[in-house]
Formats: sequence, C-alpha cells, structure tokens
Amino acid sequence: MKRATRESYGAALAELSKENDKLFVLDADLAEATKTITFKKACPERFIDCGIAEGNMIGVAAGLATCGATVFASSFAMFAAGRAFEQIRNSVCYPKLNVKIGATHAGISVGEDGATHQCLEDIALMRSIPNMVIVNPCDDIEAMQAVKAAAEYKGPVYLRFGRLAVEDLNNEDYEFTIGKGVLLRDGTDVTIIATGLPVGRSLKAAELLEKEGISARVVNIHTIKPIDREIIIESAKKTGLIVTVEEHNIIGGLGSAVSEVLSEEVPTKLCRVGINDTFGYSGPAEELLTRFGLDAEGIKTKIINALKTK
Amino acid sequence: MNEKELKFLTATADKIRLGIVKSTYAAKSGHPGGSLSITDVLAYLYFYKMNIDPNNASDENRDRFVLSKGHAAPGLYSTLANRGYFDISELEKLRKVDAMLQGHPDMKGTPGVDMSTGSLGQGVSAACGMAYFGKAFNKDYKVYTILGDGECEEGQVWEAAMFAGQKKLSNLRVIVDHNGMQIDGTLAEVNSPEPLDEKFAAFGFNVIKLDDAHDFNKIDAAFTAADEETNRPTAIIMESIKGKGVSFMENQVSWHGKAPNEEQCAIAVKEIEDRLAKEAE
Ligand SMILES: Cc1ncc(C[n+]2csc(CCOP(=O)(O)OP(=O)(O)O)c2C)c(N)n1
Repeated sequence: MKRATRESYGAALAELSKENDKLFVLDADLAEATKTITFKKACPERFIDCGIAEGNMIGVAAGLATCGATVFASSFAMFAAGRAFEQIRNSVCYPKLNVKIGATHAGISVGEDGATHQCLEDIALMRSIPNMVIVNPCDDIEAMQAVKAAAEYKGPVYLRFGRLAVEDLNNEDYEFTIGKGVLLRDGTDVTIIATGLPVGRSLKAAELLEKEGISARVVNIHTIKPIDREIIIESAKKTGLIVTVEEHNIIGGLGSAVSEVLSEEVPTKLCRVGINDTFGYSGPAEELLTRFGLDAEGIKTKIINALKTK
Repeated sequence: MNEKELKFLTATADKIRLGIVKSTYAAKSGHPGGSLSITDVLAYLYFYKMNIDPNNASDENRDRFVLSKGHAAPGLYSTLANRGYFDISELEKLRKVDAMLQGHPDMKGTPGVDMSTGSLGQGVSAACGMAYFGKAFNKDYKVYTILGDGECEEGQVWEAAMFAGQKKLSNLRVIVDHNGMQIDGTLAEVNSPEPLDEKFAAFGFNVIKLDDAHDFNKIDAAFTAADEETNRPTAIIMESIKGKGVSFMENQVSWHGKAPNEEQCAIAVKEIEDRLAKEAE
C-alpha cells in the first residue's frame, strides 16, 4: 500500500475509538489535513475542534489527561512543536501527562506551502524535553502500530507524520516496539541510519550502491527518543562509517542523537544527511526532496563522498 | 469617491481576481477563497488609500501593510503585481521551485511585502511593532493589517489587541475579514471568537462595522471614519464573502485551500472577463 502516514494516523485513531472510551482527539482547525477527520467520523463525541489556538489545545489536552483521558492533540508539526512548545514542556511533559502530540506535515515534503509551514526543527525541540518520547514512522504499517503503541504507553509521545504518500516497506507481520531500531538490510561498508520518509529512499540508495559494489546496511530508527543505542553501536562496530538521513535540520535531530551515542560509546566517522541549517521554500514535494539531496540518488552521492574519507 | 474612481477600482479588483484564479491554477495549490474575500479591500488600499510608491517600496515614511492571514498571499501578490511592484508574469510561477512568490508572504524576497507571515496570529503583532515605531519617531504613516476571523481564535491576536489598545496605537487599522468561515467549517461549528466587535471594543479599540466589504463607497466611508480617530487603534470588522467574485467559490468552505482545475479555471476566468468587458462599456 502507498499512503501518507497522516492517513494512517487518522485510521489508527478511528480503530482505537472502539477500544478506549476515554480516548479524546483534539485538533486545531486542520482536521481535513491532519486526517483526524477519520476519527471525527467514527467517534464525533470524543472529537474536539479547538479552533486555531494551538497553545490552548495543548493545555486542554493536559487537563483532560489529569482526569484519566488518553489524548491525541493534532496540528501541523510547525504549530504543534513550534507554536505550543512551552505548553508541551510545562503542561504536558513536566507533569508527565498522558498526552500524545500528533504532528503532521513535518519536514520539507510539505511542499508548496513553503518555509513557514515546513517544520525542520521539531525533533530538536521535542528531544530536549525530559519525559518526551519521539516516534517518526516510515510507512503506513509502522505508523498504524506506532499510534496504537503510543495509546498504550503512559506518558507524553510526539508522533511525527508526513503529508506525502510513502510506499510500504514493512510486511504485515512487522512488530513495532517503542525504542527498538529495525535492521532492514545488512551490509559491511557503511550503515545508513534513517527515520521517517527518507527510510524508503535510503533503501533505494542501498540498492544503487550495491550496483557500484558498495555494501550498505540500513537501519530504521523510528524512535528517536529513547534511541536504540545497541543497534547504533553494533552498526558502528560492523561497518565503521555511519550516515544518518532525516527530513529535518541536521542540527538537533537524528544525526545529532546518533552522534551523541557514537562519540560516547564508539567514536566513529559520521556523515549527516538532512537539511543543512537553512529554511525550505515552496515547490512540489518530490522536487524539493531531490533539491535537498533526500532522493535515492542524492543519498547515494553523499555516501560515496563520505566513503572517500573513511 | 467619484464615479470614475469607483469604476477604476471595480475593474482593478477584477483584474486582481483574475491573477488569483490563474496563479492558484498554475500552482495547483493555494488559497483562493480567503484571497477573493479581501480583494476589494486590497484594491482600495493599494490603488486608492495607502501612501505607497512601487518605485520606492522601502520608503521609511510609507504606509505599511501586513497580511496577518498570510495564506491569502495570492490576493496580495496579484495586487502587488497589478500595482507594478513586480512583473505580472511572476504570478504564473507561484509556489514553484525557485519562484519569487512563496506559498506564504516572504518579505526578504518579494518587493512590496512588508512582513513575512503565514503562521496565523503573528502578523498583527508585527503590525503593532510598526505602529509603535511610527509613534515613537513621530512618523505620520499608518499601518494596515488584515486578520482572518478564524485567525482571531489565536490567543496572540488578543495579546496584540491588548498592546495596541494600551499603547493607544491610533495609527493602526486592524481589518477583520469576517467571512464566517475557516477550514473545518463555519466559525460557529469550530470555536467561535464572536462577538468580535465587542471584544475589540473591550480591548480599547475604536470599532467600525463595515457591512459590505465588496462595496467601495462603504469601504471608503469606513476607512475615512477611521482617520478621524486620534486616540485609539481602529478595528474595521468587515462582512465579506469567502470566494467573492467567482460564483462557484462563493461561501464554500471547500474552496479555502484548493486550486481550481483546468475547467474550473476557464469558467472562473470567463466569468471575470465578461464582467470586465461589461464594466468597460
Ligand atoms: C498558527 C497557525 N495554525 C494553523 C494554520 C493553518 N491554517 C491556515 S488558514 C487556516 C484557517 C484560517 O481561517 P480564517 O482566518 O478565517 O481565514 P479565511 O477563512 O479568511 O481564509 C488555518 C487553520 C496556520 N497557518 N497557522
């Protein structure tokens, strides 16, 4: 199947509505776009449209959670992690309340709306808050399970979803566990560690590399916090060179999280692929991904260059 | 406003509408509904009211305009292009890679854009800063900003209103585009910020109700009345029609953030061009 992880988000919430009558879904006038509309149709009595007021929405979510509700509060990543950062920190994470932030339209693949809507900083922001768990699923199967796992987990979770449709990489028997990285492909020359939408493109890059005689291992880190240290250490020992790929600023995101593990445990050469500390701009999503070197070719080229320094 | 001026503004607004329809069609995305509801006021401000000069776009004494509801960028861009800030051909490149015209207004890339906006609630605060500076340095420019009525759900709008009222920013005009709709439905269905007039009054504003945002005589009367207020900021709450001027887009929530397809674009263009031809008679 091919669908955007925001669609999976709405679909998983609708399924969950049947199991948990204390599940609330909040949105901030973007239900059609975040796909919480799917939940709203299934369970209108537990859907609250808070209007264009993201800070208040997070506060309301916190209040509902103090009474025993499981709450998913949704908006674009920019207005959730960005606009409501401090409410998430002080009203949700500090008291460790059972609030999940469903952040859609993350990254450059937002496309035409341009820089003001392309959130490239959310992982960095959320990663720095104690008690926060961050999950960035790469396909529909993983996203559906991640939403359900977040609902079961007691405490704050930041779920990062995309606007653009992505191909399934995982099979139906895939089992998602918070905090556990997934080895998608073994290899010996380099390890690509990716999260979210670029995971699929990283796998394609590995195939391209194989044609050039380069053996690339590919690891999917869907949970950026708490990060799976074991799989990173093991990969470093096995292949040396590590390349991280993410649809986020290279500062503060997956690349930074991996570099922290590497430098503390097994100092290893690291190359970070992502947005190089600039704002995005308008354009069709696929064109932008290519421009920013997040297509399979772009990833391949960066890896070949990095291998020269190994 | 005399007959000739009225005719000129009516035709200008329709030319701006053409640009909105064609640019969003070319971009295959964008926000026609909320652009069309403010078109007449944009035409009035940029072609009649404001003290501006496209050839001297950063004159420190110019009137300022902040599109707080930044998603209505196609409306602003078409206005600026028609006013001569940049070539009209830029409109066809809207939202494309390397285009000057970004999805939301970008002040560092587009001549005539006084503030970068797109995240709702923030533009009005910047407008307050511009007005405060004008007061501090005895400038006689005015600052105009257009807010969406849905945008008024943002707490920041009321922080700005509190600031403007308390600092007596009489050079500030906060225009609320009261079309009654946002994305998820009507204001009443989502999270109504009403009553807007009483709220702005309570925050220390001179409130003017403009009962038809598509009637130039009434628009002129409202903005002229605003100029008489010397002590308080003015809020102009204007009753508008989302999608105004393209019959199938009028009063439709679904035309908030959707581009016309080829057929719809052709129908809309014909409708507007027919009107322009009639107006020219
Ligand atoms: C802070 C923020 N939250 C959400 C959005 C997404 N958004 C864009 S337009 C819009 C609805 C705006 O409604 P309104 O202000 O009434 O504008 P209009 O109907 O006149 O177009 C929303 C929610 C945004 N741009 N900024």
